[in-house]
Amino acid sequence: MSKGSFLNASIGRKFLMSITGLFLIMFLMVHMSINLLLIFDDSGDLYNIAAHFMATNPLIKIMEPILALGFVIHIAWSLIITYQNMKARPVNYAKTEQGINSAWASRNMLILGAMLFIYMGIHLANFWWKMKFAGDPLLEHITVKGVEMENAYALVSELFKNSVIFSIVYILGGWLLGLHISHGFWSAFQTIGLNNQIWRKRLFIVAKVIGWIFTIGFGIIPIYFMIKF
Amino acid sequence: MSTIDNKIPAGPLAEKWSKHKAAIKVVSPANKRKLDVIVVGTGLAGASAAASLSELGYNVHAFCYQDSPRRAHSIAAQGGINAAKNYQNDNDSVYRLFYDTIKGGDYRAREANVYRLAEVSPLIIDQCVAQGVPFAREYGGLLDNRSFGGVLVSRTFYARGQTGQQLLLGAYSALNRQIAKGGVKMYTRHEMLDVVVKEGKARGIIARDMVTGQVKRFGAHAVVVATGGYGNVFFLSTNAMGCNGSAAWQCYKKGAWFGNPCFVQIHPTCIPVHGDQQSKLTLMSESLRNDGRCWVPKKKEDAEKLQKGLIKANDIPEEDRDFYLERRYPSYGNLVPRDVASRAAKERCDAGYGVNNTGLAVYLDFKYSIERLGKKVIEARYGNLFQMYEKITDVDPYTEPMQIYPAIHYSMGGLWVDYNLMTNIPGLYAIGEANFSDHGANRLGASALMQGLADGYFVLPYTIGDYLANEIMTPKIDTKAPEFDEAEKAVTGRLQQLFNIKGKEPVDYFHKKLGHIMWDYVGMSRNEAGLIKAIAMMKELKKEFWSNVRIPGEMNNVNPELEKAGRVADAIEMGILMAQDALDRNESCGGHFREESVSEDGEAQRNDEKFTYVSCWEYKGEQAEPVLHKEDLVFENIKLSQRSYK
Amino acid sequence: MADITLNKIYVKVWRQNSPKDSGRFETYEVENISQGSSFLEMLDILNDNLIREGKDPIAFDHDCREGICGMCSLYVNGRAHGPDRDITTCQLHMRKFKEGETITIEPWRAGAFPVIKDLIVDRTAFEKIQQAGGFVSVNTGGVPDGNAIPISKVDADEAMDAAACIGCGACVATCKNSSAMLFVAAKVSQFAKLPQGKVEGARRAKAMVAKMDELGFGGCTNTGACELECPKAISISHIARLNREYLVAKLAD
Repeated sequence: MSKGSFLNASIGRKFLMSITGLFLIMFLMVHMSINLLLIFDDSGDLYNIAAHFMATNPLIKIMEPILALGFVIHIAWSLIITYQNMKARPVNYAKTEQGINSAWASRNMLILGAMLFIYMGIHLANFWWKMKFAGDPLLEHITVKGVEMENAYALVSELFKNSVIFSIVYILGGWLLGLHISHGFWSAFQTIGLNNQIWRKRLFIVAKVIGWIFTIGFGIIPIYFMIKF
Repeated sequence: MSTIDNKIPAGPLAEKWSKHKAAIKVVSPANKRKLDVIVVGTGLAGASAAASLSELGYNVHAFCYQDSPRRAHSIAAQGGINAAKNYQNDNDSVYRLFYDTIKGGDYRAREANVYRLAEVSPLIIDQCVAQGVPFAREYGGLLDNRSFGGVLVSRTFYARGQTGQQLLLGAYSALNRQIAKGGVKMYTRHEMLDVVVKEGKARGIIARDMVTGQVKRFGAHAVVVATGGYGNVFFLSTNAMGCNGSAAWQCYKKGAWFGNPCFVQIHPTCIPVHGDQQSKLTLMSESLRNDGRCWVPKKKEDAEKLQKGLIKANDIPEEDRDFYLERRYPSYGNLVPRDVASRAAKERCDAGYGVNNTGLAVYLDFKYSIERLGKKVIEARYGNLFQMYEKITDVDPYTEPMQIYPAIHYSMGGLWVDYNLMTNIPGLYAIGEANFSDHGANRLGASALMQGLADGYFVLPYTIGDYLANEIMTPKIDTKAPEFDEAEKAVTGRLQQLFNIKGKEPVDYFHKKLGHIMWDYVGMSRNEAGLIKAIAMMKELKKEFWSNVRIPGEMNNVNPELEKAGRVADAIEMGILMAQDALDRNESCGGHFREESVSEDGEAQRNDEKFTYVSCWEYKGEQAEPVLHKEDLVFENIKLSQRSYK
Repeated sequence: MADITLNKIYVKVWRQNSPKDSGRFETYEVENISQGSSFLEMLDILNDNLIREGKDPIAFDHDCREGICGMCSLYVNGRAHGPDRDITTCQLHMRKFKEGETITIEPWRAGAFPVIKDLIVDRTAFEKIQQAGGFVSVNTGGVPDGNAIPISKVDADEAMDAAACIGCGACVATCKNSSAMLFVAAKVSQFAKLPQGKVEGARRAKAMVAKMDELGFGGCTNTGACELECPKAISISHIARLNREYLVAKLAD
């Protein structure tokens, strides 16, 4: 199989988007599950244990660069694809009514993706950067069940407790992500060819459900801290 | 007896074709490569012929006026294609299909041609299935059939309501395969404007590139005309807007005979004309008559109220409805052949019983079959047609009866050809609707597709070899020859002349006028006085056209008005010839109805003693009248009888 | 059928004399149009007026005027084949428009469909894609009996669903990426569902996709717009089948 021609073919490129997209959805599922520990244990212990596990487990360590690669490919190829697609119509319509025949999210995956990219930057700066490199007084080591670890819970909860703006940014981020995935999920199956007349309805519903799960799952955390504290 | 040699081989009917195939010459593969064939038109006949000839090894040059060969008007055929497969075990056979076709054509077609058509018909189905044509199937996986008007067996194969489309796409795919292989050079958006005859043989064509306006020469060892019919002489018809008889007309003017020009088919079930802004008529498939009942009011005052829009169809009680087909033809009822159904509708409307504002429509009512079978069954059978009807008329045929009226649909007449499908000009062939050969005076439903593909796949590829075998020593045709100079000059001269008139009226003005004359006097019902009047009117119209037409735009650019002008100029002349032929044929047969020739009860009356011949018209020049040659039709196997559907 | 007459409408239409011309919109008035008239009949009348005024009529593609040949195009009021479902432009009627309305008419817009004149575009790219593999490689004659291979009704029906494509290009025109995937999928899917076509399925999928890419059509981003604007309502499920056929074929390379 000639890899070059496959990845340069329109379907090949989309295939890569789909695979990386589904991979990222899986990551986000795990990520969200851990995050939700924030609101189920006000002591923060559960969350801290999970965060510590994620930071130290060798398997997770191996997955980290793969995850990063997944993001890079997903983003890079989205740019290539969009560029190619824009090139296919050099002159635009003066009047067009696309709203009648397609959903906004499906037409604007790049815009959604770009906003998510900005959001991701903020997110990484807020937490990942501090945990990994910069450090923060809030991260002062604590001991949970005999294991010494960073107090990630404090870092997260303090942010939402103290900043309405960041809370709103995170709620919006969850919403954008939900929109992005509500198209991306079923679209990935369509591109891989795992779809037909019967399954498309099911996949469409599943995609919508997953989209809402992400929107609510990520959005509820800042809301929880704003309301509760 | 006529002296016209139609090349029909001797011997028993059933053996003629196989004996003929064995007797005709074959060209070797090495020589085929050296021979060029031009195919004009890419409908069922043209596309299948071009593909098949290329597969054999000839160099094919194919032409169509559309932007793709797939758009030829064969694509619009809805109902199906006949074939004597006898898959239904209902005692169908080659002979029965042959017999039905001859009888349906009112005994004005050649026995040998029609028998051959029936004989090759099963091969067509096999070929199309192999190409991936998605014919309708039964749950057991085998091919499904439906029945059609005028016959007693189920032999019609179909692909939903889009049989013509699927068959054409099959032929188109075969053509594409040959284009990719380099065996066919395809010229889209090219219109043939003349045929070049050199030393008595067809040697090429002159065509205009409809994008650049350039007039070009193309040479070949043989020219095949597959350009369809001339129904658009009537302006309003079920033909596509671009359909025209001009290619055939150019052949006629170069000496090819025109056969039976007055034989045109009027289809009974079309959506009526809505007003003077109308540009074309839409056909509703003949299959609708299986479940719809035709009626008009019994009382004239009801009809008048309908015409004024004071009442609706459903306001008329059962006992006041006149199911005129069932009344007149109790044994066939609503399933009489097309010509009979059309005339019956016209008779009622002329008598003042028409049901729309123009008084030119009858009802086709599904109320009764919906009551009998349920709406679901009717929807499954005709859903797409009902939807199409509603889109056009804004009336729901499930609750209100459809309004229908006859319209020009198909031309049985066309270029005269012999048994080899060659015109009287050596090397010039005509296939499909463009020739006159197989349908006599009336075509049966689902037979046009059969004939187009029979000619293109299974007849022409054999018979053309007989001619080309003598051409293997002829080098590539030199398009610099004086005959090409002359033809090109004539073409550009005519275009320039049209352009220079700079009159007042657009082309359509003349086309509509022509259509009215044709429909009124050379339409469903014809008489001597009317035909003479029509000829005079068309001659006058011709003069007016050539002095007052206005062509806008540029010569060397896309110019639809210029294209139309050439076609309408030809159509006027064609109309005159049709009227002349109709005048000569003082009998009623098939689609041709002469008011002078009717039985006591008002039915069409054939005159076999005087008119059992093919009218072959020969062009004698602009100023002279054409000369009529008669090819006698010999019936050795079928006894002629008056058709009766009563 | 008591259709009312529109006293006056405005038609804002793209005029471009040749491929090299840059083109511009022009607005014309049209009077007395019956709502029972078709959209193209309205253009006929406008052209008739233009010719009488000594102007160049608007060039547009059309032929059968019954929704099957696929020749007519036109992007009317922001939608391929105008504001209605499951129809071609020639089946669009003036009932869909209001008194005094301005109707915007543009040609199909896609790099692979260059404008020839006014509203006429060059769809030769579709021909090239079909020539690349849109066929079953059989010659005339020597084929088995039509009933030799039974085909399940479900498969035959699904093949027919795909085969209904009329090649008009509305999918490309309406897709925000000018993608020809629905067009290609219709052909690949039709043959994939039939035993006759399956034989060379892998070769076909690869060849047609490669040609489609080469000709400058965009990629599919699954917006589903093509399906909704397709006059024959061809489902994007066929695109899923094309993807599957293509990926499986590529994996086998």
